[in-house]
Parts: sequence; structure tokens; C-alpha cells
Amino acid sequence: MALLELNGVRKGYPSPEGEAQTVLDVPSFSLEAGAELAIAGTSGCGKTTLLNIVAGLLSPDEGEVRFDGDVVSDFGEARRDAWRAKELGYVFQTFHLLGGYTALENVLLGMMFGPGADRGRAQALLERLGLGHRLSHRPSQLSIGQQQRVSLARALANQPRLVLADEPTGNLDPRFALEALEMLRSLCKDTGAALLCVSHDPRVLDAFEERVDFADVNVAMQREEERA
Amino acid sequence: MTSLFFIVQRSLRQHLLSTVITVIAAGLASGLVMSVFNVSAQSRSAFTGGDIGYDGVLGAKGSPLQHVLNTVYHMESSPGNIPYAMYREMKETRGVKYAIPYAVGDNLYGYRIVGTTREIFDVFEYQAGKHFEFAEGGAFDEMSRSAVFGATVASKLGLRVGDTFSPYHGFNFNPSQLHEEVYTISGVLKPTNTPSDQVIWIPLEGIYRMEGHLLPDGTDGKDIGAVQIPEELKEVSAVMVKFHSPGVGMLLAPEINRGDEATFAWPISDVMLSFLGKLAWITDILRYVAYLVVVVAGFGLLASVYNTMNERRREFAVLRALGAAKRTVFSAIVLEAATIAFLGSLLGYALYAAVMVVSAAIIKHETGVVLETLTFHPALLWTPVGMVLVGAIAGVFPALKAYSTDVARTLA
Repeated sequence: MALLELNGVRKGYPSPEGEAQTVLDVPSFSLEAGAELAIAGTSGCGKTTLLNIVAGLLSPDEGEVRFDGDVVSDFGEARRDAWRAKELGYVFQTFHLLGGYTALENVLLGMMFGPGADRGRAQALLERLGLGHRLSHRPSQLSIGQQQRVSLARALANQPRLVLADEPTGNLDPRFALEALEMLRSLCKDTGAALLCVSHDPRVLDAFEERVDFADVNVAMQREEERA
Repeated sequence: MTSLFFIVQRSLRQHLLSTVITVIAAGLASGLVMSVFNVSAQSRSAFTGGDIGYDGVLGAKGSPLQHVLNTVYHMESSPGNIPYAMYREMKETRGVKYAIPYAVGDNLYGYRIVGTTREIFDVFEYQAGKHFEFAEGGAFDEMSRSAVFGATVASKLGLRVGDTFSPYHGFNFNPSQLHEEVYTISGVLKPTNTPSDQVIWIPLEGIYRMEGHLLPDGTDGKDIGAVQIPEELKEVSAVMVKFHSPGVGMLLAPEINRGDEATFAWPISDVMLSFLGKLAWITDILRYVAYLVVVVAGFGLLASVYNTMNERRREFAVLRALGAAKRTVFSAIVLEAATIAFLGSLLGYALYAAVMVVSAAIIKHETGVVLETLTFHPALLWTPVGMVLVGAIAGVFPALKAYSTDVARTLA
């Protein structure tokens, strides 16, 4: 059984003219436990919408999202929050670290709503990512690369079974982009987490053995291309 | 729960300046409410004379309030004198435990000099069951120019037993009104924490024999010399009366007050209650102002928390993406507002203590009445609780805004 399955998932938004516009139509998609997969797609094609639906931050208009056999898209809000805290790690393009918290506290925050804060593990993760000397620094006191590493540690802090990465290197200098990506992949591999990464950066995509074009996943894109 | 406190503590730290300002505002409001309630309650209790040791004041025809202020609080002037015979009559009335004469008209550097008898030290109760006690020396000799000082007067003027002084004529100090008579201090009383601490007691005869004090027949008391003044020529300002039972007062008061010669202010607590009742509107206004300050502090708190909402919208979205439940985000905001109010209440206690100390000092200086700053009043309990409730309520509106944050759109 696949760890993640999407069946007939559709999501639409009203267009500026007020008409319903389907941006996501995924008849079938799956990801095995511990696997890694890159999805290639240009900006604004609905990749983030897909990840938000998988994460339960958005509800699909139709279809179901299954995680380890459970239909998480049918979960109530509270259960979905608890599931997300325990099973999911999310790496954002802009990191979304909290400015009022130190690097260590940002990572601890990633644990609090799941199994609970584990200062030792949070510290060990940051040390592994070369930030042992930056534990008490606020995000504004860290370089962009260091901020990205804190966000990786936060996403992996709960040892989730699925990590979603939305353009994880999009804000990084090319010199550090691949280094950060390797760190993410290595952490996922060590913890056994499946990694679903969406990106438009060819260097990122080339690093993955398994990769698909977003248009192959999202038939709404195919229809749009045919129409064009 | 741990995560809630973690989020609240970090947020308060992050918005330290606005937190401190809001805590001060809440503290001022809380301190003001506690002070207004406790100062007014204690003043009312102190001035209604609940524990004054005597029941009534007999004096010249006039205002009962003036008699009470004159003899109990040593404020105001006497509305006139009554014949000494009236004092004797009261003293001999059946059911009267004691009747002590009170004659005024002189001062020492503004401190009132009261002429009376030694009974003031022997039987008089300045508070129920409490008699004057001497810190040093003893009672005056009724046949000599000697005086007993209240604790505050002795301490403020730096005078001790054996020291001498000359009184000044009138209730207010005027250097040109110096009497030539010289008095010797025979004793200093222990503090009583009542207006009596600000009084100098001398023999009643001394008042009569002071230069310039004319007797009813027009002769100067001083000229009588050491000879006892005949009773028919004597007058007193007032008589402090204690009954064996309240029933005696009920019979005597209407009878005396019907006549044209005297007023019997009885019971003292009713006279002061009636007076304070007429001034109750001042306390009411102060209370309304205090409530208004609490409301303003509540709105200030709301504005302070609400103003951070826009910048914190992303924070809430991140928390939600990390798995925080909506109710966790809602509770964090309400708890944060309540925490600010709680911290304000703690500061309020400090402000309350400061206001009480200053108020007590002013009231003691002006009237001699001592307020107990540590006395419990229910407002000390319900004000902080109410303040925290106001804070929590103020947090609800911004919390609802945070609750309804669109996570996906905010993080996009």
C-alpha cells in the first residue's frame, strides 16, 4: 500500500470574471513510503495547491487524499491538525521562520504540536546541519542559507513519514542550493521519510532519480495546454 | 498547554515595548480601582467612629457635626460654650459612665491645646476599651501649669517631659498671639493612631487662667490668680459623654436637643454617617472614573494585541501549518491578553500600596486618622480577577481574527 494516494482530486477557484476555474485535477497519484519524488512545473501551475491539499491546509473540491490508507481529506479539522503535526514536515520556499523565536525555538515549535518538544533532538539536528553555534540566534541574525537549514531541521524535527518541499532552494544562492537539497534528502533518508519535492529548477530536478512533469499529474494543465 | 505558554511568552518578549506599556496601563487601572475602594471604605470606617470609645458630645446649640469634628477629630472650631453647670449636670445624670469637659481656644505651633480634667487619662476611652498610656512622665497636676503631649506633637516639636512652652491664642498659629504663661510638660502619651496624638492636654483651669481669656462676667481669668474660679463663672466648649447603655442616650438626646441652650450630638457614628452620606457622590464619581479607566485599559489592551495581528498573521499560519489547532491559536491570543492584564494587576498591587501609603500619610497629617494600608478589602481580590477577565475579553476579538486566518493564502 502506498504511503500517499490521491484519487480524483479536483480544486478550483473562481476566475476574475467569476467563472469556476479548475486549477488542479489529479485523477491518480501515489508515493511509496520512504520514496523520493520530484515534480517539475513552472511557477503558478498549481504545484503549491497540490502540496497544500496533501498537507490538509486546503480541502479538495472533489476526490480523496489517503495517507497510509486513511482518508485524511475526510478528517475533521482537529484530527487533520494532529495528523499534520505528527506525520508531516513542510519546507517552504521562503522558509517561514518566526522572527521572535531563536533557531532552536523555531525547531522546538515544530515538535510542540506533535509528540512534544525534545530540546536534545532539536539541538542535535541543528548541530548536524552545522548550526550548533547559532542556536540562540534569531532568523534575522542568520544568513539565508542558515535560515534554510533551520527550516529543514524544523520540518524533520518530528521525524515525519512525509516531507513536502515547495521550491526548497528557490531563495538560495546557486552555490548553496544543491548543498541544502542534499541535506534535505539525506535527513529524509536517515529518518525513512518520503520526500515530495516540487520545483522548476532543473538543477534540483536533476538531483532526483524519480521525477515527473506536473502536467502528467495534473490533467487540468493538459486541458489548458490543449486549449492554448 | 506547554505550547500555549511557549507561544505567549515568546510573543510578549517579541513585542516587549507594547507589552510593557499595556501592562503599565492595566496596572494603573487596577491600582486605581483598588485604591479608590479601599481608601473610601477605610475612611468611612475611620470617620464614622465605629470604635470611638464614647457615645456623644454635648455642646452649645449648633451643628452636631461641628461638635463631633471639634472633639473627636480636633478639627473645626467650637460653635460656642455651655455653662460649667451643664457639664456637672450631665456628669451626675444616672446612666452616664463618664462625662469629660473639653475646652479649646489655644494652640502650640498649630497643634490644638485642650483643657480638660485628669479623667481623660483615668477613665476616658479614646477607642472602645482603650485608655491613654504614658510613654514617659504622667498626668498633669490640675492646680499647676503642666501639660501632657500627644505622641505626634511631642515627636514633631521635639519636646520631652520637663521642657516648657508658652501657648498661642486661637486655633491657628500666629506668632503675635503668644501667651505669657509658661507650661511644663508632665507627660507624653504613647501613640494611639488617632487624632488625639496631635493634641496637647492641659488642666481645664489653665484655659480659664490664660491671659486674655475673659470669663462670662468680663473679668480676665488671669487675674483670678491661683484661686479656683467659681463654677458659676466657668464654661466649657463641649463634654464627651459615655453611657452605661445606649438607652440613656435615646432618652437624653431628644430632651437636650429640644431646648435652646445645647446640642447633644448622639450617636457619633450617625452624625458622621450622615455627613459622609452627603459626600458619597464624590466617592461615586471616583469609582466611575476608576471603572472608566479600566474600560480604557481594556480597549488599550485590545488595540495593543490587535495592532500586532497583521504582522502576526503569517506567524499564526505557520503555527497552523506546523499542526497547531485553531483553538490553540485562539487560546494563545486570549491567554496573551489575559497575561498582560494579570501582569498589570501585579503592578496594580504595587501602585495600590504606593497610593495607600501616600493617602494614609496625607489623611494622618490632615486629621490624625490612621488608615491601615494592609487591611484587606474584597476589591483587592476581585479587581485583579476582573482585570484578567477584561483582558481575556479584550483578547477575544483579535483571537477571532487569528482563528479565521486562511493558512494556504497567507503562506503563499
